[in-house]
Amino acid sequence: MKINATHLAAGIITILLILALCAGCTSPAPGGNETPAGTATTAPAGGGNVLRIATTTSLENTGLLAELERVYEEETGMDLQFIAQGTGQSIDSGRRGDVDLVLVHAPDLEQQFIDDGFGINPRCIAYNYYIIVGPESDPAGIANMTPVEAFRTIYAAGTNETAGVAFVSRGDNSGTHTQEQVLWEQAGYDYDTEILDAGAWYVEAGKGMGDTLILANEQQAYTLSDEGTYLSFADRLDLAPVVAEGAELLNRYSAIAVNPAQHPGVNAEGAADFINWLTTNETKQMIGEFGAEEFGKPLFTPLYAPECTEPPFNCTCTGEVAG
Amino acid sequence: MNGNPIIEGFVEAIELIITLDPQVVEITIRSLYVSLTATFFAALIALPLGALIYFYEFRGKHAVVSTLQTLYALPTVIVGLIVFLLLSNVGPFGFLRFLYTPGGMIAAQTVLIIPLLMGLTVSALSGIDRDKRYTITALGASRLQTVMTIIAEARFAVMSGVLLGFGRAIAEVGTVMIVGGNIRGATRVLTTAIALNTSMANYSLSIALGIILLAVALGVNIALSLVQRR
Repeated sequence: MKINATHLAAGIITILLILALCAGCTSPAPGGNETPAGTATTAPAGGGNVLRIATTTSLENTGLLAELERVYEEETGMDLQFIAQGTGQSIDSGRRGDVDLVLVHAPDLEQQFIDDGFGINPRCIAYNYYIIVGPESDPAGIANMTPVEAFRTIYAAGTNETAGVAFVSRGDNSGTHTQEQVLWEQAGYDYDTEILDAGAWYVEAGKGMGDTLILANEQQAYTLSDEGTYLSFADRLDLAPVVAEGAELLNRYSAIAVNPAQHPGVNAEGAADFINWLTTNETKQMIGEFGAEEFGKPLFTPLYAPECTEPPFNCTCTGEVAG
Repeated sequence: MNGNPIIEGFVEAIELIITLDPQVVEITIRSLYVSLTATFFAALIALPLGALIYFYEFRGKHAVVSTLQTLYALPTVIVGLIVFLLLSNVGPFGFLRFLYTPGGMIAAQTVLIIPLLMGLTVSALSGIDRDKRYTITALGASRLQTVMTIIAEARFAVMSGVLLGFGRAIAEVGTVMIVGGNIRGATRVLTTAIALNTSMANYSLSIALGIILLAVALGVNIALSLVQRR
């Protein structure tokens, strides 16, 4: 019995080790280890045929990125690696040079990223609108208001402890969260002092867009969402778009390469190629059609020149960039 | 809201597993690869160190063992955060470009389970009967022979520790999410895929991956009981 168990144990361990080795052979990017006893010394990712893109959860959750990845990898053989983090963290990853490109939606943060010398070759790609979603019964009565009025009304109802009124915030420094803060400021409140501790009606999720919608749905609360994620989740939610009109709700997505002068290790050539591909008419057409069949309406509207250079967009959406 | 997501999820989950859905297979293999490699390196480092701590008397030995036992509960997100900062491009090991790669995840999980393996090695060796130890010495064994005999006696208990370490590694989500970045086709493992698919309301895929993760845990448990039965 003792011998058998020993053999069994030895056999299991051997199988496990062989499995590990096999996985090592076939794994796309086998890494080594910090220790001197490290395994594979294959060139770590970040080299010529891997492009790392920090991006927002709202893009990832819609499924658009998976579609872009499939088409681009088929056409070029480049390995696209999307890391969904929220815009604030994505731009920070770009600043540190941990990624080659960022795909984000917070114009102010983007401008700062470029002004500080970390981001180059910005190109706006597409847009849609943020919407304020909430329970069908609309307990705060904000339907047909402007976004700013709606925020004021939610604030008043929330602080009066009106039954059933709650607002779920992303609370994660993402593009959507940044937009929400802008709306609170426009409504005349100081975000840090008046909103953050405004009471139990203001809920900070600290999660991605999909999670936040699910949380808002469970609590039957209001939340600010981008249109794309909301539409792709709509069939699983008992939430309706309550306020969907207003220039303040514009949501513009841009691609920005990380400056190789700041971080020589980044794949600048790959980033430039990908930006050029994103700005081709074929790609924009594909983005403009994405989701139309599945969700009844496209999730994004691509930006073309000269429309993109005019208000409210004020951005560059064409022009070859060089690595 | 249509139907019951749990029941639908289970039905779809079984389908995904039976048809060997390529995505599910790929994620499972990567999970096993990362955690087995991490367990292997952690064992390589922790077992000799654990043995050294047991066989050598030194000041502060109790403190070291207590510290190790405290670190059994080392929070995965803290290891994730520290390894992330070390491996980030601006960190001391940034030049390795290990962040967001399986290599980085292996390094993080290795760090995570080293204290567990060291501590359990010390306990495993301590578990060998004191009388046995005296008998071995009394029988005229040299110091080296004594050490080797005790290690041989404790090998099953040590093996249990290693399997426990593997279980902790494959089940954790904190370090692999932060250090790996959950990149589809590159660093997505069972636990991070479950977290992501739940946030995308793809409950069936989450449930399928959950079943696989539980099956792996069950496998580890069976191996553990086989080892302990000796």
